[in-house]
Amino acid sequence: MVEPVRKLLEKKVESPEELENLRQSILAKRDPKRTCITVCGGTACRASGAEAVVEAFVDEIERRELQVQVSLKETGCHGFCERGPLVVIEPKKLFYQRVTPDDVEEIIDETILAGRVVERLLYTDPTTKETVTYEPDVPFYKKQTRNVFGTNGTIDPTNIEDYIAIGGYAALSKALFQMTPENIVDEVQKSGLRGRGGGGFPTGRKWQSCHEAKSKVKYVICNADEGDPGAYQDRSLLEGNPHSILEGMIIGARAIGSHQGYIYVRNEYPLAVRHARIAIEQAMDYGLLGRNILGSGFDFNITINKGGGAFVCGESSALMASLEGKVGEPKAKYVHMAEKGLWERPSLLNNVKTWANVPLIINKGADWYAQLGTQGSKGTMIFSLVGNIVNTGLVEVPMGITLRDMIFDIGGGIPEGKKFKAVQTGGPSGGCIPEQFLDTPVDFDELTKLGSMMGSGGMIVMDEDTCMVDVARYFIEFLKGESCGKCTPCREGINRMSQILSNITRGKGKPEDLDTLQDLAEVLSAGALCALGQTAANPVLSTIRYFKDEYLAHINDKKCPAGVCRELVSFSIDPEKCEGCMRCIRECPTGAVSGEKKQPHTINQDMCISCGACYDVCKFGAVIKR
Amino acid sequence: MKVWINGETSIEIEHAEGVGVVHFTVDDKEVAVSGGQTILEALERMDGIGNIPALCHHPAVKPYGACRICTVEVSEDGGNRFKFVAACLYPVKEGLIVKTQTEKIKKLRKGIIELLLARCPNVQRIKELADEYGVEKPRFVLGDQDCILCGLCVRACQEIIGKSAISLVNRGIYKEVAAPFYAYELSGDCIGCGDCAFVCPTGAIEMGDDGRPNLPKVKIPYAEIEAMTKKESIATS
Amino acid sequence: MEVSLDFSKVKEIVEDYTEKVDSLIDSYADKKEQIISLLQDIQAEFNYLPQDVLVKISQKLDIPLSQVFSVATFFRAFSLKPRGRHLVTVCLGTACHVKGGQRLVDKVERDYKIKPGETTEDMRFTLEAVNCLGCCALGPVVVVDGKYESKVTPDKLDRVLKKYR
Repeated sequence: MVEPVRKLLEKKVESPEELENLRQSILAKRDPKRTCITVCGGTACRASGAEAVVEAFVDEIERRELQVQVSLKETGCHGFCERGPLVVIEPKKLFYQRVTPDDVEEIIDETILAGRVVERLLYTDPTTKETVTYEPDVPFYKKQTRNVFGTNGTIDPTNIEDYIAIGGYAALSKALFQMTPENIVDEVQKSGLRGRGGGGFPTGRKWQSCHEAKSKVKYVICNADEGDPGAYQDRSLLEGNPHSILEGMIIGARAIGSHQGYIYVRNEYPLAVRHARIAIEQAMDYGLLGRNILGSGFDFNITINKGGGAFVCGESSALMASLEGKVGEPKAKYVHMAEKGLWERPSLLNNVKTWANVPLIINKGADWYAQLGTQGSKGTMIFSLVGNIVNTGLVEVPMGITLRDMIFDIGGGIPEGKKFKAVQTGGPSGGCIPEQFLDTPVDFDELTKLGSMMGSGGMIVMDEDTCMVDVARYFIEFLKGESCGKCTPCREGINRMSQILSNITRGKGKPEDLDTLQDLAEVLSAGALCALGQTAANPVLSTIRYFKDEYLAHINDKKCPAGVCRELVSFSIDPEKCEGCMRCIRECPTGAVSGEKKQPHTINQDMCISCGACYDVCKFGAVIKR
Repeated sequence: MKVWINGETSIEIEHAEGVGVVHFTVDDKEVAVSGGQTILEALERMDGIGNIPALCHHPAVKPYGACRICTVEVSEDGGNRFKFVAACLYPVKEGLIVKTQTEKIKKLRKGIIELLLARCPNVQRIKELADEYGVEKPRFVLGDQDCILCGLCVRACQEIIGKSAISLVNRGIYKEVAAPFYAYELSGDCIGCGDCAFVCPTGAIEMGDDGRPNLPKVKIPYAEIEAMTKKESIATS
Repeated sequence: MEVSLDFSKVKEIVEDYTEKVDSLIDSYADKKEQIISLLQDIQAEFNYLPQDVLVKISQKLDIPLSQVFSVATFFRAFSLKPRGRHLVTVCLGTACHVKGGQRLVDKVERDYKIKPGETTEDMRFTLEAVNCLGCCALGPVVVVDGKYESKVTPDKLDRVLKKYR
């Protein structure tokens, strides 16, 4: 037999016992006390230079011939993106943040060889000024319950053995050999899991309809077309722990009787695609995917499809149209996708985070899962906490935690001592929640009551310098570019809303505009074909509801209180602060700024177009924005 | 009682075995039809029952659900909760309650017509609907298009002729009906049958002298309309 | 230095690639529903979707040309016109917007006279605006030729772009 083929056959796991044996043998080969340097390899940390850090470690370890004492691992996203690149040294979990390649030599010298801590790389809490040495003690992580996301930081997503070592695929083994498909569906139903993609539909109920649908051919689909701007949890999960999603999908396939699955990944996520591909290949090599999974006789294959740059393809019927090779136009869902979906067959479509929760529910049981969360929203949710907040990153918390705790405890509050103004949840389908509701528990229904929604878990914090009219305009502009254009209310209605909002932000608003916006919102919610159009007006409606005075200031007084809407803001130069460096004169596109070197400059208001370029470049804070 | 089959023929209920009769109510009137139809199909030619306008619907092609003006309110649980659905796509069900003339529906129709009128102020069919529903002057900047993007021409070419010579291209507000690369010669699929011009509800398509349809041109590109409502773009030095 | 957009020249380049194009299209012969993937492969190869390649796809895979054209124009990932040598992608996701992402787009418009989706006359830069790259902690984010730049200010963007010829 050819050598590579034999090696492949040797790797195949063909029974639950063999899986457990494999796990034991992997653990036996690893020394838990051996020092392991883990570097966060999430896209955000890579953007901050993590790869250079990894290379520096590789070089240094080779140079000092430390390969025996020390292992190096590039892991999935750790979540504390604000402080990347992150380096966590196992087994003690020594936590270094903002590491650069230049720090690597010192880390090797001090920490690895001498067992000392490099103080300046430790995390210091901005408020208490305390330094923290170990990862679990970092305040950002302390209040989280990282059941699903925590694994990211300990495994190399391109090595299936890491996942198996921590108990991966044990849930699959249990589902295939100790449970019937009905048992699996029951368990998911009892857990109370609700869709993590936006709709919050009871997952168990979806699985039940799909299980009951009569068809020889059924499909399982993972929606990784994470389109909400500001949300990147799906990306980080798929990059950091792709096997958790594969495992969930295989269990789902078993529950409904499907043999073909698809992962639909956004075009803008190349690393997620790469890691998912590697994971699928390895899972197939190990007999955990493909034919005769774990020797159970059950077959299931997964194909990866990339999106083409269309937010609307996150909508389930548009996603399926795109999988069928057509344009991503949604269609009416009067018959559920679970009964007639992809190619008119029963299709089980769930979000990445939903799939990732499934192995947990099977392993630990629905009762354990249902202990966390609130009555209507069980389990934990992974949020992307971004915007004007000190600790930006990905946060996993039990449902029911208050917005206040999320933003001020875990999030560390607003940077630069500014005031909190609003938090936007649910992406373009959600709304803005003001200060008076900060004690609302994070829960599907509670957020909907406030005129927002949970959505895919994006949580964008906005400070006092944010103009809420501009925020509404931003979301409508976004949707205008993403509308598929099929139905009249969405295509025409959103365009007209964008014209009105644009006028308002430019001082051309009329008093009746608010009523017109309200009317258009009603046409959208009653008439639009899909959820993109139906919820398009939410950001506008919620900002009118809670920040009406800002709208009135723009419309009646032609003023932008937050100083954001350029045409309602005027710029001038403070002669006391101006150093006469002429930078603003060079930047000004209309020549409105004039002045001599070392003399205070002035702005000619007639020529000024309020582009803000001078404000951006002035290093002395001499440009005043009013 | 009459059982309507296909909205054209009806038979007395006593003779209606094997037809799969579905009973439902429309505006509080009881109706019986053969199953497997959509609400619009079932009510299409029934006089005096329901009043549902439609623009992107044609009996010869499959329903598309784009214009949304056929939206009605339906309840599946005996009148407890109502939802908005497109009548051209929603299948009739036993015990369904359909309302076609509620205040909300009328307001929605007015809203859709206002949007269409602002897009196509010179189209006869839209002006007729505007008169019928009391829509006067749209509150928006007027465009000047003839095409309402109902997709009937595309569907006729694809489903009836089987050629798919034209399609809907681009997305959002830039969506339009076009031949591939805006040139018929490239695909050679168009056979000059004129079906697209025939089904067009607004007369936006006319057959040209070359035997090919003249597809509706976007008369004022949206980019220009936007510039009209905006200041001049950022001046350059 | 002025580079004129001569489409006839472009066609010649494509003709040299006939064999490559043919085998690429043939590899999708039994999975023509994956047309989006095929178009992405073509876009990766030529930096845009040449017209005659799309015609060839329609012929070889027996998909109506109108449908190929619809798909090519619907998805923002595809460009029917040749793109510049360097692709500048500015993230306009909510988090980056709140941190001033729009200013970066304005800056490119001021300095290079192009709006999102446009290419400079000398084919140096193509500007794209994208909705969320998933690096929200580091916003505003700009990607140039696949290289991520974080916490970008108009000043920093100026310095970064000057490095690309």
